[in-house]
Amino acid sequence: MKKVLFLAVFTLASAVMYAGGYRVALQGNKSLAMGHTGVAVVNSAELVFHNPAGLVFLENKLSIAVGGFGVLSNVAYQNEVTGASARTDSDVGTPIYAYASYQATDWLAFGLGVYTPYGSGVAYEDDWAGSHLVNNIDLAAIYVQGSAAIKVNKHFSFSGGFIYVTGSVNFNRNLSRSLTDLDGNRSEVTIDASGVSNTGWTVSAMFNVSEKFRLGATYRSLIKLEADEATADFENIPNSPATPFADTNATAELPLPAEMTVGLSYEFCDKWLFAFDLNTTFWGEYESLDIDFENPAIPDSFNARNYKNSSTYRFGLQYEASKNFTLRGGYYFDESPVQAGFFAPETPRNDSNNYTAGLTFNVSERLQIDASFLYVHFKEINASYDSYTESGVTAPFGGTYKSNAFVPGLGLTYKL
Amino acid sequence: MKNYIKITAAIVALGFISCDPEFETSVEDAGFYESGTADFSNYVAVGNSLTAGYADGALYITGQENSYPNIMASQFTFVEGGEFTQPLVDDNLGGLLLGGTQIAENRFVLAFDADGNPGPVRLEGAPTTDVATSATGPFNNMGVPGAKSFHLNAPGYGNAAGIPTGAANPYYARFATSANATVIADAASLNPTFFSLWIGNNDILSYATSGGAGVDQTGNLDPSTYGPNDITDPNVFASVYSGQVAALTSGGAKGALINIADVTSIPYFTTVPVQSIPLDAATADLVNGQFGLYNTVALPGLVGAGIITQEEADLRAVNFQAGVNFPIMTDDDLTDVTAILMAQGVPAETAALLGQLRQANDTDLVVLTASGVLGTLADPANPLSIIGVAVPLADQFVLTSTEQGRVAAAAGAYNAVIEGLAAANELAFVDAKAALAEVAATGVPYNGGVLTSQFVTGGAFSLDGVHPSPRGYAFTANAIITAINAQYGATVPTVDIGNYATITLANN
Repeated sequence: MKKVLFLAVFTLASAVMYAGGYRVALQGNKSLAMGHTGVAVVNSAELVFHNPAGLVFLENKLSIAVGGFGVLSNVAYQNEVTGASARTDSDVGTPIYAYASYQATDWLAFGLGVYTPYGSGVAYEDDWAGSHLVNNIDLAAIYVQGSAAIKVNKHFSFSGGFIYVTGSVNFNRNLSRSLTDLDGNRSEVTIDASGVSNTGWTVSAMFNVSEKFRLGATYRSLIKLEADEATADFENIPNSPATPFADTNATAELPLPAEMTVGLSYEFCDKWLFAFDLNTTFWGEYESLDIDFENPAIPDSFNARNYKNSSTYRFGLQYEASKNFTLRGGYYFDESPVQAGFFAPETPRNDSNNYTAGLTFNVSERLQIDASFLYVHFKEINASYDSYTESGVTAPFGGTYKSNAFVPGLGLTYKL
Repeated sequence: MKNYIKITAAIVALGFISCDPEFETSVEDAGFYESGTADFSNYVAVGNSLTAGYADGALYITGQENSYPNIMASQFTFVEGGEFTQPLVDDNLGGLLLGGTQIAENRFVLAFDADGNPGPVRLEGAPTTDVATSATGPFNNMGVPGAKSFHLNAPGYGNAAGIPTGAANPYYARFATSANATVIADAASLNPTFFSLWIGNNDILSYATSGGAGVDQTGNLDPSTYGPNDITDPNVFASVYSGQVAALTSGGAKGALINIADVTSIPYFTTVPVQSIPLDAATADLVNGQFGLYNTVALPGLVGAGIITQEEADLRAVNFQAGVNFPIMTDDDLTDVTAILMAQGVPAETAALLGQLRQANDTDLVVLTASGVLGTLADPANPLSIIGVAVPLADQFVLTSTEQGRVAAAAGAYNAVIEGLAAANELAFVDAKAALAEVAATGVPYNGGVLTSQFVTGGAFSLDGVHPSPRGYAFTANAIITAINAQYGATVPTVDIGNYATITLANN
C-alpha cells in the first residue's frame, strides 16, 4: 500500500518536529536562545554539535553541557469546501542533548556528544479527513558523535568526527479513504521499526579573524536509516482475496540529510556578541518514501516526497548583563523543504519565523544553568498533497494548515 | 537564585498556556457557513428505502449511517443543525426477524468463488433485528424501505399484525408510534423546521424490477386494490404527495422535494446484456429448424387471419445465428395465440410455449437477477431445455420497451407534480433524475475517480443494483445540499464523495 516509514530511537527520547521536514533544531540551550546560532560561537561544549573545531578554543580542561526541551507542537487543519477539520493531539516531545569536551593538550581537544537532530511526533484524531495519509507518527533518531579538534594556530582549527545513529519509527495510517471491515471499522496499518542504526561523519573548521571576530563552518554527512526488519500490522481488513493484507515484515529507508552550516560571530562593546549562521540541509535526498512489504501479495507503497534543499537564516545576540546573568535573544527564518503539491500532513511544515530568548545564570565559577524559549510561528497555508492515488487515479488531499510550536528548554553547563 | 527560579518558571509556564493555533477564520466558527433563510435545527427526512439508507438488498447499521439524510445532517451541523436520530437496526447483517422467524434476507457482499471470480452473495449469519421489538419512534429519519407514495398516508402501515399478509411494512412496524399511525403523521409530529421528501420511486420501481409483471393502474384511483408490482395512478400520486407536502410544511418548515430517476439509470437494468446466448452455427441451425413452422407457417397464417399485425409477426419471428443471440422470451403484451394454435392442431404444450413468444431485441432490458437464469437448463435432466433458446425467458426477467414506456410515463407525471409543488411552495427542487442520468451516461468526476452506474465497479450503486452505495448516497446528499443552498441562499458545505465506500468485500 502506500506510505509509511521507520526509524529510530533510544528509549525516552521522543523528538518532535518543528523545523523544516523532520529536522529538530534544538541542540543546546545557549545556542537556541541565540536563534540556534553557534558555528562560530565559542562559549560551551555545545560546540560538539555546532562546530567541534572550536573546542580547542574553550578555556577549560573539561566542559560539559546537558539539557533538554519540551516541545509543544500543534497543527490545525481545515477544508472549507467540506467543513472537515482536525487538530493534532501530540505528546510533548522531549529532545535532549549531552556534550563533553576535553582539552588534551594545547593543540588537541576531544568532544563527545549525544543529540537528537531528527524526529517527528504528530497525532491526529483517528480516521480524520487525512487518515489515509497519516493517523499518527512517532519518529526519533539519536546521534552519538565523537570528534577530535586540532588547533593549527591561534587563528585556525579544524576537526573530524564519527557519528553513530540509532533510530525508531512508529507510523499508523488508514489503507485508503474508504476501505472498512464489515462493521465499518477503517482498515489500517501500523509500521513499526526500532533499533535501526547507521554511521556517518562530520568535519568542521574555525577561523579567528581577530580576537573578536570568528568564522566557522561545519558539515555533517547524510545518514540513511535502512529499516530491514520493520513490522507491518494490518487491522480491520475485510476477509477477501482482494484485500490480502496480512501482517508481514517490511523494509524501508529514510534519509537523515546532510547539512552544511557556515557563520560568524562578532564581539562588540565588551559585553555583546552577535552571531549569524547560514544552515543548509540537503533535503533533496528525500525523494520518496517507499515501503517494500515482504509478503508479495501486498502491493508495495510508494510515496513521493520530492523535498528540496532548504536553508535556515539564523541571527543571535548575547549580552553579559552582570556577573551572574547572561541574556540572549535571536531570530531565524526556516525555509520548508516541502514543495507545492507535496504537503503531507505527517510533516506539515511551511516556512516559519522563529523567535528565541534565554538566559544563563552562573551558579558558581563552574556551574551554569541555561534556560531558553522558542516560539515557532507558521503562516496559515493552503496546501495539498497531490501524489496519493487510488486505483491509479490521483486524489489530492488539501486544505488550510496552521501550525505553531512552543519550546521551553533547560540545561546545565559545567566547567573544570 | 530566587530571580532565576521565577524567570525560569515564567518561561516554562509560557510553554504550557494555550498553544492552539487559530485560523484567521475557522470552519468551526459560527457564521462561517450560512443557513440562509432556512432553519436546519430540526431536520426530518421522509421517504422510502433510499431515505432509510437501504443498500445491498438490506438495511444494516453502516448503510444507515451513510444514508443521504444522515450525511446531510452531519453537514447541517455547520449551520446550527440539531441532533438527527435514525431507527438503526441491530446489526450489520441486515436481515429481519418477525417473532424470531426470518422475513428479510441479509445484505449482499462481494465474494470471490473458488475460481477467483467475484460476485454478490448474501452475507451469512443469524440476523438479530426483530421487527416485533419496537424501536421508540418517531425518528428524524422516517425512511421506510418498500413504501410507495400512498403508503405514507396509510393508517396501519406500521401495524405488526399486518406484516404476514403484506398489509403492513416490517420496517415501519419497528418504529411506528402506534398500530394505526401513519408515516407522514409521525414525521409531522416531530415539528420539523426543515424536511426532505423523496417518495414515488417504488410506485414504478416494483413494476420495473418485476419485469412488468404487475399492472399499470393508471386510471384506477383506489390504491387499496393495487397489487405490489403495479404502477400507481399519477392522480393518486398527486393527491397523496400534495397531502404529504402540506403536512410537512404546516408548521412553516422549509424543505427539499426530490424527483424520481429513470430506471434505465440503474445497474439492475443495464448490467445483463440482452444479447447473451452464444451459439455455434450448427446449434443455431438446429434451433431455427424447430421454429421453422412457427416462422413460415404460423405467423403468416395469424397475419392472414387478421389476428396479429405484420408488425407483430415481424417482432415474433425467431432467428438464431452463429454468435451471440438474443434469447427467446415471453412478452405478455403480445397477442396470446395459444388457443388459436391449439385449434389448429398444435399440441397444447407447444401452443403454450409459442402463445406470447418472441425473440428479445435491443430495446428490451434484462434484469440483474436474470444473470443466474439465462442459458441455464429449465429442466436439469433435459440438455435441450436451455432458457433463452428452447425455453423462453420468463416475462419477469425482461422489461420490454412497452413496459418501459409505461414506467416512464408514470414517472414523468409524478415528476411534474413534484416540480410543481416545489415551485408552488417555494421548496428546493432536486432533479435526481438528471443527476442519475449523468452518472449513467457519462459518469461524474470526483476527487480520485469518476462515479458511474457500472455494476460493482462504478461506485455509485450497491450490490443489489438498485440502491446507491455510500458513495452514491453521498453524491445524492451533495445534489440535495446544492439545491437547498440555491433555494435558500445557504452555504452548507458538501462532502468529498471519495471518502465514502462503495461495495463491501467479504468472503463468507
